[in-house]
Amino acid sequence: MAARPTILSLKSVRKIFGTLAAVDSINLDIGEGEFFTIVGPSGSGKTTLLRMLAGMEQPTSGDILLRGERINDLPANRRPTCMVFQSLALFPHRTVGENIEFSLKIRGEARDKRKARALELMDLLRLPQAYYGKNVMKCSGGERQRVALARALAYDPQILFFDEPLSAIDYKLRKTLEKELKDIHRETKKTFVYITHSLEEAMVMSDRIGVMREGKLVQVGSPHEIYSAPTTRFVSEFIGDVNVIPVDVAGDGLLKSVSLKDALKGPVPPKGFTSGHLVIRPEFLRFIGKPSEADNSVSGRLYNEYALGSRIQYQVRVGERVFIVEKLRQQMFTGKLDDEVRIGWDAKDSILVTD
Amino acid sequence: MRRLVQLGQGEKSAIPLLLFLLIGFAAPLLAVIWFSFMPARTFSLFAAPSLANYATIFESTSYISFLWSLGLAAVTVILLALICYPVAYGIVRVFGKWAMLLTLLFTIPLFVSENIRLYGWILFLIKNGVLLGSLKSIFGLELESILFTRTAILLGMVYVYLPFMLFPMTLGISMVPSETRDAAFDLGASRWQVFREIELPLSMPGIVIGFLLTFVLAVGAIAEAKVMGGQRIIPITHDIEIAFTYAQNWPLGAALAVLLMLVVGVLVLLALRRFDLDRFLGRR
Repeated sequence: MAARPTILSLKSVRKIFGTLAAVDSINLDIGEGEFFTIVGPSGSGKTTLLRMLAGMEQPTSGDILLRGERINDLPANRRPTCMVFQSLALFPHRTVGENIEFSLKIRGEARDKRKARALELMDLLRLPQAYYGKNVMKCSGGERQRVALARALAYDPQILFFDEPLSAIDYKLRKTLEKELKDIHRETKKTFVYITHSLEEAMVMSDRIGVMREGKLVQVGSPHEIYSAPTTRFVSEFIGDVNVIPVDVAGDGLLKSVSLKDALKGPVPPKGFTSGHLVIRPEFLRFIGKPSEADNSVSGRLYNEYALGSRIQYQVRVGERVFIVEKLRQQMFTGKLDDEVRIGWDAKDSILVTD
Repeated sequence: MRRLVQLGQGEKSAIPLLLFLLIGFAAPLLAVIWFSFMPARTFSLFAAPSLANYATIFESTSYISFLWSLGLAAVTVILLALICYPVAYGIVRVFGKWAMLLTLLFTIPLFVSENIRLYGWILFLIKNGVLLGSLKSIFGLELESILFTRTAILLGMVYVYLPFMLFPMTLGISMVPSETRDAAFDLGASRWQVFREIELPLSMPGIVIGFLLTFVLAVGAIAEAKVMGGQRIIPITHDIEIAFTYAQNWPLGAALAVLLMLVVGVLVLLALRRFDLDRFLGRR
């Protein structure tokens, strides 16, 4: 990906509520036209961060720069940015058309011009034109999402913010809307800054992801980097099930685990790394016959199996430790529950992370 | 022949309550309506009905009392709206932890009888009373008392009916989600535009309920004019009271009461048609 010019820049942004640092010294550059997602569990400060970017909250210290200009004190109604809220915050006493046109009416645009723009946006978002005069509260959940997005787009913002707008929607529709949103991003070429607690959701849509924890940005990277090269256990555990083995670095470069008797072969530990965790994604574990078939192996008991649609997940118990193995349905393991099984993985498929 | 109406368990269970409502609620009302058609100065319900009492009213100057009642109620409602909206707004959005205390301060007077509170105002406002007496002895100021004027009546009415406007309004304003206001602000609206386009229309249900409640109560007000107005003004409720007591003309009093109900009923229905509560709440 070519480097994009920076549109939004955060310099040591902090927000203190009482004695709590809700957002703690965040430095971040977001590129023009980028789909950037901030992921974090609830209470990680992501909503506070977004509210500061949108102008609904002032940072305690630090600077927010929009195309190089400091906008800390610019109120939300004068920022060229717009937010799609978690509750959508549609105006219940207005029609679909009036909701979409709200910002245009505020700007004093002529009625027919407003309507033309609203209908254009409704087309883009695949809302039937007949909905123009429909009461917005009579729309379905998915339609309301589209109205909220159209209303924000009508403002013609330079950056669109999203505060978990899909969190209250059922799984199937959410999956559709995630892809739709990414298509709209492509179509409009605007900068999208999205927050969510679901890394899975972030993976589908984002160009880059920033993971937040307790007010700090712990890792920023492409979805691929976040998935395959997490730097901390926190990030590695954020999506799906992973196998995490606490390890200490032995003198010979091998990794020692308290709970497993054999030393493990893993990535070469960086300088100064003495202890941490070895992370192996369940799809990299495989059932093997002899220990020589993989760099590392352990033997245990097949405790249970779970069908996850296209994949099957197996729980293997090795002493006190539980290993999660996943196979595609076509490569289903044929062992029976309570069988002795040997599972193995290669050093290159494991990741060394800090706590 | 079989029974015409087969009553289900639910209907049977509802009979006691239905009877109670008929006897306790509908019967007195119907009695008043029926009484208004009886001959003047009689106490029987079994004479031939006529419209004589209504004719008497239309030939009399009762309309002045009607106008006083409606006028005072209208002014009271407008004053209450102007006073209560900022206070309600403050309770919901500004005062934070003090809102509870303020709400309590507005509620506590309700535990004291209306008449006692009005006599309290008399002691406070009367010549040489708490206010004017203190001013005189401390500053040597001698001012006219506003007691027994129209202003005093309005003061009494605004004071007595304030909670009935304040609390529906508080509820109305608290029904506006803060994200909805944020959204309008974020879409470029100024504070004033957010208020006009979003907060005011969305808090309308509370405002309309407050208006209706205080108007209906204020039209029925009597003590304020008697106590604080020193009977300088005779509202229609006072006329009705006179007819039922001093004049011993129950049918005339009943006719006046029926007319008042009709006038207020029509006004309320007109208001409800104009301000469709369901539409405000986005249900339609």
